[in-house]
Amino acid sequence: MGTVANTGTAETATPPPVVATPPGRARADRAATRAAVLFLAPALLLIGLFFFLPVAAALVLSLTDFDLYAVGDLENTRWVGLRNYAQLLQTPLFWGALRNTFYFALVGGPLSIAASLGAALLLDSKLVRFKGFFRTVYFAPFVTTLVAVAIVWRYLYHARYGLINWMLAKASIPPIDWLGDPDWAMPAIILMAVWKNFGYNMLIFIAGLQSIPRELYEAAEIDGASWWRRFWHVTLPMLGPTLLFVGVITMIGYFQLFAEPYVMTQGGPLRSTTSVVLLMYEEGFRWWRMGYAAAVAFVLFVVILAATLLQYRVQRERDAR
Amino acid sequence: MTWRGGRAWRGAAALLLAACARPAADDRVTLRFWAFGREGEVVQELVPEFERRNPGVRVRVQQIPWSAAHEKLLTAHVGGSTPDAAQLGNTWVPELHALGALEPLGARAAASSAPPAAFFPGIWETNVVDGEVYGVPWYVDTRVLFYRTDLLAAAGYATMPTTWAGWREAMRAVKGRMTPGQYPILLPTNEWPQPVILGLQTGAPILRDGGRYGGFRDPRFRQAFDFYVGLFRDSLAPALSASEISNRYQEFARGNVAMMITGPWEIGEFSRRLPPELQDRWMTAPLPGPEGPGVSMAGGSSVVVFRSSPHKELAWKLVEFLAEPAQQLRFYQLTGNLPARRDAWQDTSLARDAHLRAFRAQLDRVRPLPKVPEWEQIATKVFEYGERAVRGRATVDQALAALDRDVDRLLEKRRWLLARGALGTRPAAAGEAR
Repeated sequence: MGTVANTGTAETATPPPVVATPPGRARADRAATRAAVLFLAPALLLIGLFFFLPVAAALVLSLTDFDLYAVGDLENTRWVGLRNYAQLLQTPLFWGALRNTFYFALVGGPLSIAASLGAALLLDSKLVRFKGFFRTVYFAPFVTTLVAVAIVWRYLYHARYGLINWMLAKASIPPIDWLGDPDWAMPAIILMAVWKNFGYNMLIFIAGLQSIPRELYEAAEIDGASWWRRFWHVTLPMLGPTLLFVGVITMIGYFQLFAEPYVMTQGGPLRSTTSVVLLMYEEGFRWWRMGYAAAVAFVLFVVILAATLLQYRVQRERDAR
Repeated sequence: MTWRGGRAWRGAAALLLAACARPAADDRVTLRFWAFGREGEVVQELVPEFERRNPGVRVRVQQIPWSAAHEKLLTAHVGGSTPDAAQLGNTWVPELHALGALEPLGARAAASSAPPAAFFPGIWETNVVDGEVYGVPWYVDTRVLFYRTDLLAAAGYATMPTTWAGWREAMRAVKGRMTPGQYPILLPTNEWPQPVILGLQTGAPILRDGGRYGGFRDPRFRQAFDFYVGLFRDSLAPALSASEISNRYQEFARGNVAMMITGPWEIGEFSRRLPPELQDRWMTAPLPGPEGPGVSMAGGSSVVVFRSSPHKELAWKLVEFLAEPAQQLRFYQLTGNLPARRDAWQDTSLARDAHLRAFRAQLDRVRPLPKVPEWEQIATKVFEYGERAVRGRATVDQALAALDRDVDRLLEKRRWLLARGALGTRPAAAGEAR
């Protein structure tokens, strides 16, 4: 499928060929460079001021033990080098939070993408009627306030009075303490998060599906390809760029898991739903251990960066094949 | 276009300046007072009287939700925008003192109509850090037992026992008459006051060496912790966190739980939320202790004056006003918050309320919590490790050892500051001689 335009992917434009500059044009080039710098300056300034500067400040912060005492008197700050990072890596709570975050991202992410793709395929099908209505219904959870959603889901999950356990009881399955059992709390959060978020990716997938030329399907049909083969050999490859985009965005979003456990479980029971961001929030804004929290943030940054690079690598290898 | 835009901006700026300047032009002094949650709403009904007595003074009350209060106080301190006076949860006093935000009030209090002796000693003590007073108690909060009298009576108990052994016996008797899904006592696993209070009851120091290290492996704390975990082990309490109990009043009304340890605000909640036929079937009792009536924690809110205030004398007047018995009573009638002043309790409306009797008795036996800025964080660790032990993920000894290790790490900065002499050096542990 090399002919497909690779919109919005890692496939960067090949660098322009370097041509030796004739000496007479050097001054004109310098002027052009100056103009370019001038035009870029506002954007660079803003990015520098509001992105690179804070990031650098946070990096410096993560090398200190800035905390509540330091708020009172800056003298009470110590330069601790990498001690925050060392301490972090020795804390079982951090590893637990990292494990929970990976659990959420690696199970919830693919599940969410699968649900979005499934819903998009359904809505793209010629057989479905009232498409506008269903699109709205599936998209509605995404635009609903998380706190309101969480309150409703807490009731759905209630061990004694919840709708889900009631339905399980109808199927003679013993009740599950969804939010109270450390082994079930994360699946419960994943289920809710997938339900809440799949509508957004669904819309992107619908757009992706609609841009696939119908002739490809017609040709495949004439060749006698089954629905499954058409999906596997036409739809999926044509959706490649969309999938990568959705995959990266979803993964980044899912690694930043915060609001769901914050509202539903406060990270419990037994810290089984504490994510890295929740840990960072607690350390930073609840306990004001800013240096330590900044270290957590940088570790999370490295994790997300690594995961994103990995996804690009996988996609590029697939495209190369 | 740009020129006209410029003029519009200048006009707006001039207006803004005028708006800022207006209060200064007014010759009345404005006192800024912060109060939290419901208290912030209700205190607005008290201030007109203060303004009447102090002509030329206007009190601007800013109401802040409890959930945002702590962060708001810290950011205000950093940003230099603290009010003149504020309500403060009394466990926050050491923290704001560590920031250097609070004005010492000892000398003013001693010479005023709100002397230390007028308050419950355990409550007053919460405002004393490093030997100096930084707040005046506004209302008190302590924890007692709320229980279903009918369920206890059916199990053969006309009154609540006063010792741990008797208490546990009563729970067993109640459990004997319950179905498997019902429990004699509700101790939400994500609440720290219950295990900490039991620790205060055995006389455990909670923190040792002047708040430098965790003292949780102390045999006295171990005894309390074991008692606490034992209640779950013996199925006398369900291993549920507060967020899993959608409606504790419903559970209480249905007889799914017969007791809980909670605070004065529940008196109002119980009266409102329990069905009418249950209203004469619940009562409060002081907490049992290891050998007899036990202590409880000294909670509640104080009123403090900020060091940065330009109107400290006036702010103190407001503090003194809020501590008057009459204002304390009015505040109680408006909120249900219990007066911190002993003489206010002689009023008939308090003396006659049967549900308040346990609180009155308990208030003579309250102990402050450890006075270190890290306390909230330590308290969270206490219930986290309590939960591990309750759910069988750690033994009592493992949980306490891990708790001490975590708490020692949290207090590392404090030890360093104490060694440098950057903090007051007086011991700050709980249970210190009063």
